Amino acid sequence: MRSTNLSKALALAAVMAFAAGCGSKSTKTDSGAMGSDAAGGAAAYGSGTGSDVSGGSWADVANLRTVFYFDFDRSVVRQDGFSDLEAHARYLSRNPSASVRLEGHADERGTREYNMALGERRAQAVERLLIVNGANARQIETISYGEERPAVSGNHEGAWSQNRRVELKYVSR
Amino acid sequence: MVRAIVCAFVLTMSTWVSAQLVVEVTQGVDSQSPIAIVPFEWRGNQALDEDVARVVEQNLERTGFFKPLARENMLSFPTAQSQVFFRDWRMSSTDYLVIGRMESVAGDQVSLTFELYDVLKEQTIHAQQVSGSRTNLRDLAHYVSDILFEQLTGIKGAFSTRLAYVTAENLGPDRQRFRLQMSDWDGMRPRTLLESSEPILSPAWSFDGSRLAYVSFETSRPAIYIQHLATGQREQVQSFPGLNGAPAWSPDGNQLAIVLSKDGNPEIYVLNLSSRNLERITNNSAIDTEPFWAPDGRSLYFTSDRGGSPQIYKYNLNTRAVERVTFEGNYNAAGRLTQDGRFLAMVHRGSSRRFQIAVQDLQNGRLDILTNSDYDESPSIAPNGTIIIYATQQGSRGVLGAVSIDGRVRFNMPVPQGDVREPAWSPFLR
Repeated sequence: MRSTNLSKALALAAVMAFAAGCGSKSTKTDSGAMGSDAAGGAAAYGSGTGSDVSGGSWADVANLRTVFYFDFDRSVVRQDGFSDLEAHARYLSRNPSASVRLEGHADERGTREYNMALGERRAQAVERLLIVNGANARQIETISYGEERPAVSGNHEGAWSQNRRVELKYVSR
Repeated sequence: MVRAIVCAFVLTMSTWVSAQLVVEVTQGVDSQSPIAIVPFEWRGNQALDEDVARVVEQNLERTGFFKPLARENMLSFPTAQSQVFFRDWRMSSTDYLVIGRMESVAGDQVSLTFELYDVLKEQTIHAQQVSGSRTNLRDLAHYVSDILFEQLTGIKGAFSTRLAYVTAENLGPDRQRFRLQMSDWDGMRPRTLLESSEPILSPAWSFDGSRLAYVSFETSRPAIYIQHLATGQREQVQSFPGLNGAPAWSPDGNQLAIVLSKDGNPEIYVLNLSSRNLERITNNSAIDTEPFWAPDGRSLYFTSDRGGSPQIYKYNLNTRAVERVTFEGNYNAAGRLTQDGRFLAMVHRGSSRRFQIAVQDLQNGRLDILTNSDYDESPSIAPNGTIIIYATQQGSRGVLGAVSIDGRVRFNMPVPQGDVREPAWSPFLR
């Protein structure tokens, strides 16, 4: 179990070192992080809950994923995002003054107001996961941008899949 | 500085003017009436800024009802009845002929005397003198177009109307400029009603045309605003946590149907603008959004995915009964009704997997797909029910398209800077 955590940490460190140079474009490179993270994600999911002495310092969340992706017309959080969301929730539960803003987004297909509602549901799905894992509702603000703020432009699944997302942003630590 | 502003202005204007307008006739031309709009005579010194006859000609052509005769095929350019030789116009297969004369009257006013002829019967159908400001000749042209259209079709013309729409421009990484714009129905004479670095969406006209409701994120959260067009004065409608979206006016102008998620889920509410009373309409764990009122005020239509995919439903405001209205295809949303309540325009995705504009005849359920590209959305219907304007894409850019309600004629509007989206056609303004 320890080696699983260690290898995951190493993988994450490598991914984040790669992403670090990209500044505000980190949302794009997160899809790369998602791929490598996904492989170890399921294993880490079972092991993460036991380590409850840690998780309260900023260093525990600073390098976690902050963008979570969704399938078309769906608002179910994919399993590969669970472990990182649990860690964010753990941090929030141990730092009651910390707060996050969850920004839900949709791809450009379909109507704007329907996509606004879809982005809202995605943000709410992430919010529920955070709350179930210990965060307080008062620490979480959700907002939907619908299809108004795409991360990537283009009429193809490659762009759409990166636009169907929730971005988790710390408002205060 | 001043020069820079002027240059920017000229650049914007020329972008509009130079954009090629292509009217695409998608079905046989047999049903279109051949008409000739002869250039109007101008009895004044300085040339006029607008070719009024040309504007009239373009207006009539875009309805799909008429096929104008090209000027180069006209055998003569009569401007008075004594110069009209009907035989010439019969030779060029023209059914209707319009001629006119313009002159300066008091101040900056100009008058236009025009006549509409039936070429086959060699009779005058209508003759009239109208006048208007020299600096707003397009107003005059649209007014004359309204008169001609009604004389020839029996349908009230909708050329003296306006469009509201939203533009978005990318200014750099994470920097965008959103504008709420208003223009003539044909996209000309655009002006800005609101500019913001945060999203603006869902403009909606009150039924009397005096106010626009829309959603703006300018406070970094979505809120609904009402803007009075005569004064520019605006007010924020009471705002709630979560979604505040999709405003739709009741026909009497006293209520606003809106979408809120304050109770945990996107639901439709009706806000009384005078009493501020808020009534919840839908109560369903699905997404309920995009409300719009039936013109008789008795029901609210909306989009819901309660059946597993987005479809349009009707809510009876008296009985509170909900019935599903659309059944064909796996995505039907953003509905709009014609003023007679008979035709439902919507975004439709069927077996082709493309998002297209379709019209459903609510009397017999028949669905017709009117457009032919992959990402058409935001249909808005002319107040006389003849044309639907919608958002579409040209290359990777958002532009406005228009299609006659029978799908017979389609064209894209002139293209300004940036992405254009969410057209909203005003009601009749006179």
